[in-house]
Amino acid sequence: MLDAAATALLDVSHISQTFRKGSGEVGLPVLDDVSLSLRDGEIVGLLGRSGCGKSTLLRIIAGLAKPTSGTVKFQGQEVGGPAEGVAMVFQSFALYPWLSVLDNVELGLRAQGETPEETRKRALAAIDLIGLDGFESAYPKELSGGMRQRVGFARALVVHPKILLMDEPFSALDVLTAETLRTDLLDLWSEGRMPIKSILMVTHNIEEAVLMCDRILVLASNPGRIASEIKVSLVHPRDRLDPEFRQLVDKIYALMTQRSESKPSGRESALPGTGLAMALPRVSTNSLAGLLEELAAPPYNGRADLPHLADSLQLEIDELFPLAETLQLLRFAELEEGDMKLTAAGKRFVEADVDQRKKLFGDHLLAYVPLAARIKRVLDERPSHHAPATRFREELEDYMSEDYAERTMRAIINLGRYGELFAYDENAQAFSLENPQ
Amino acid sequence: MTRLETIASVGRRALPNHWDVLALGAIMAGFVGVVHAFHGMNVPLPAANEPAVSLEYWNLPYYALRTVLRMFAALVASFIFTFTYATLAAKSRRLELVLIPILDILQSVPILGFLSFTVTFFLGLFPGNVLGAECAAIFAVFTSQAWNMAFSFYQSLRTVPRDLDEVSRGFRLTGWQKFWQLEAPFAVPGLLWNTMMSMSGGWFFVVAAEAITVGDTTITLPGVGSYIAAANDQGRWDAILAAVITMAVVILLYDQLLFRPVVAWAGKFRVETTASQVVERSWALDTIQRTVWLRSAYTPLVRALRSAALWRIGARPSFRKRDLPVLTTVSRIIDAIWIVAVVVVALWAIWTVVQYVGTELTWSDALDVVGLTLITLLRVIVLIALATAVWVPISVWIGLRPRVAERAQPLAQFLAAFPVNLLFGAAVSIVLAFNLNPDIWLSLLIVFGTQWYIVFNVIAGAAAFPNDLKEAAATFHVHGWQWWKNVILPGIFPYYITGAITASGGSWNASIVAEYVKWKDNSVVAHGVGSYIAQATEKGDFPKIVLGVAVMSVCVTLFNRLFWRQLYAYAERRLRL
Repeated sequence: MLDAAATALLDVSHISQTFRKGSGEVGLPVLDDVSLSLRDGEIVGLLGRSGCGKSTLLRIIAGLAKPTSGTVKFQGQEVGGPAEGVAMVFQSFALYPWLSVLDNVELGLRAQGETPEETRKRALAAIDLIGLDGFESAYPKELSGGMRQRVGFARALVVHPKILLMDEPFSALDVLTAETLRTDLLDLWSEGRMPIKSILMVTHNIEEAVLMCDRILVLASNPGRIASEIKVSLVHPRDRLDPEFRQLVDKIYALMTQRSESKPSGRESALPGTGLAMALPRVSTNSLAGLLEELAAPPYNGRADLPHLADSLQLEIDELFPLAETLQLLRFAELEEGDMKLTAAGKRFVEADVDQRKKLFGDHLLAYVPLAARIKRVLDERPSHHAPATRFREELEDYMSEDYAERTMRAIINLGRYGELFAYDENAQAFSLENPQ
Repeated sequence: MTRLETIASVGRRALPNHWDVLALGAIMAGFVGVVHAFHGMNVPLPAANEPAVSLEYWNLPYYALRTVLRMFAALVASFIFTFTYATLAAKSRRLELVLIPILDILQSVPILGFLSFTVTFFLGLFPGNVLGAECAAIFAVFTSQAWNMAFSFYQSLRTVPRDLDEVSRGFRLTGWQKFWQLEAPFAVPGLLWNTMMSMSGGWFFVVAAEAITVGDTTITLPGVGSYIAAANDQGRWDAILAAVITMAVVILLYDQLLFRPVVAWAGKFRVETTASQVVERSWALDTIQRTVWLRSAYTPLVRALRSAALWRIGARPSFRKRDLPVLTTVSRIIDAIWIVAVVVVALWAIWTVVQYVGTELTWSDALDVVGLTLITLLRVIVLIALATAVWVPISVWIGLRPRVAERAQPLAQFLAAFPVNLLFGAAVSIVLAFNLNPDIWLSLLIVFGTQWYIVFNVIAGAAAFPNDLKEAAATFHVHGWQWWKNVILPGIFPYYITGAITASGGSWNASIVAEYVKWKDNSVVAHGVGSYIAQATEKGDFPKIVLGVAVMSVCVTLFNRLFWRQLYAYAERRLRL
């Protein structure tokens, strides 16, 4: 399918996107100089973790958002708004709850002024194609998630788009349903029964990307940019257990963790020496402890292959990577080449009792997370041992977007509470050293 | 109805700011303008030429019909207002800056205080014609509904889910198509709930507005309200009873044939991921939807409306304005000019008001009114507290027993809609007969009608209280005061606040009718800003009315912002289950 002579259906060149802050000043970039192209007959995946700007990129391509700079060309024409010939499928299905299945599917055609007869004919054909026969008069609320997403597909296909954009279309579905939908879609695609020429899908599921895509673009975050491009030349239908398939998955895992080791997210823009600019993910301390215990126990005995770990723990990379990276940051584990390794401190943590664990955790937090050390020092220095959260939040906002700053604050509050470094009063929005009497 | 519904306007910013002051000034200046335009001509306003209300019983169905028609005329006006005003505010950043503070203040201006201005205005508009008086009465009901509805709609427009919006833009729906396919349907549940609540309050105002005296002009429109007024004048107990029964039947029909079907129907517009546990039902709606010949009657109409909703009117979508990365310099300059213009006009308006009030009144008058307002404030606070102390335990008891709640809930909703001002005259005759202190006993009238909002909201809250939390409390033997303090009161608090805010708003309005009541030839007066406004209205003393209404509005605004909204925000943040 990858014909060198194939014409580019879609051309995205040098897209950058910067969001305005609430105060009106220009914030930090979300996307930085992204270029890609989409050719006839291929499925391309945008793979990245949450917050890497992949959904923003998809919306720019769909003409739903305007980039700060750069252009999107669809069939040689610059896109200046939602383009005809591009349709989108949403993670949340985005069906209108007050319209029946049939009305939802017909909406796009009716809005364009298509006659009721022609609309009905095409809608029924799309419903038939996607396997929704018999559900025409149902309301979305009555349907299961899988059926709802089928409506989402029928609604997109009925307008006969050239490009189908998909924003994590299977991530809100359970494992079995997602797999059925993927297979059905791939069948329709390879049999050429859909009018579409090309599919661009956003995903954070590595296996899904390898299963479906001809090309995978891996995005790095803060700011979002394309880190690498991987061609997948396995023939459809692909087998998840095929060694080649596994190898590719391993390779992408390694790629995605290795980069974050050499360049932890958020550190590039930091002022030298401060280290405060580290954007912390929100993770549960219970999950951190649980992951360490899992890692220490057989069959891993201190070293685990990440894809394997993700599979056996039923964790998406959006859940696993933040945990793994937080453990790495705290020096309880190390990541290398798609593997996770327990450190000596990690072993001690697993063997310790509850109080010792908290002590050890607190010590590591102070030593390796600059923000924790900063908060603790400020609290120690002040006679009142009190400090408002806004003070630190504003400091963070110099280095990262408001969202990231908020998330980092929530993360440090959670970690600090567990390590008993400081207390936080939600009502007063303030840190303190005192514990309730 | 066990779902927690939000009052549209309360979730907003809390502290009053300069925009509120400017908006208040502009609104009061509007009143002054009305008075200048029509009263300043020194022509006595012609009274409406309508036959006197007769106390024969057989007239009552006709009077009730007239009252109901007024309600619906106001409802239509409120919908038109909502769709235009709120849409403008939601779509234009600059208009939003002006329209929303005005709406916010209008909510706090006592509706019955308006009455004198609107009567003057409409009588001046249609001299010698009964239409003017009708319009004034309809307008009174309109003001009790429109602000809340507009707020609800505005808020829905601002919170349309991003993905649904993207679908409409992705399919390139025009402005008109998007409004009817996405925005209006999305707003339906909130809008209808707020409409129905305001409508309940509306009965109170339609009754009050049918018989009113402004200076030399006395207006009597045929209706249940004027029937009662006539009965009060003559002291006829039997006529009062007949009117009360008529009103009860009307409210019952309204509840069964309109309120419940509409709320049940609105359920399908909720944006929810799963089918809701709480499904409102209505036998009337079931009948309409399941009866074949009824269906065939309205199906063509529904079809026609549907295709009208798809007319390609308006612009195709482009990029969302709010997403645009950076404001251009030109747009910043226009912003600045716009803000300066708004501020100048508002300041001029405030100046006009001060000058107008200052021609006849002095600072000591103003101080008096502030004092009276504080008395009324005290009255409202004490009575809401009393109603809370009495009704919260009872409502919790009811709410925890599903069987009882099922019966009590509709009754409380019915009582909230019932215009208790019908009974004020009768209540006063008791005050007179036993020679009671009006300052104390008239106060009770203030919460007569509004306490039911607390009752049915708390019942809903207690009924929705999660079973596992109840069981946990039982397992750990949490009893007595501990149970109230740590288990049920926090659980019902968001519901209580919703009810109490509505009750408090209604009580301010009620004070205008409750602090100054007539029975036969006697009138009973309690000290307070309500009676001050009512008496000034009767005399047609406009500077005093403006002063009274302005001070009361400021007080209500401050009370709402500094007290209710803080509590509401706290409940939202901490206690929402």
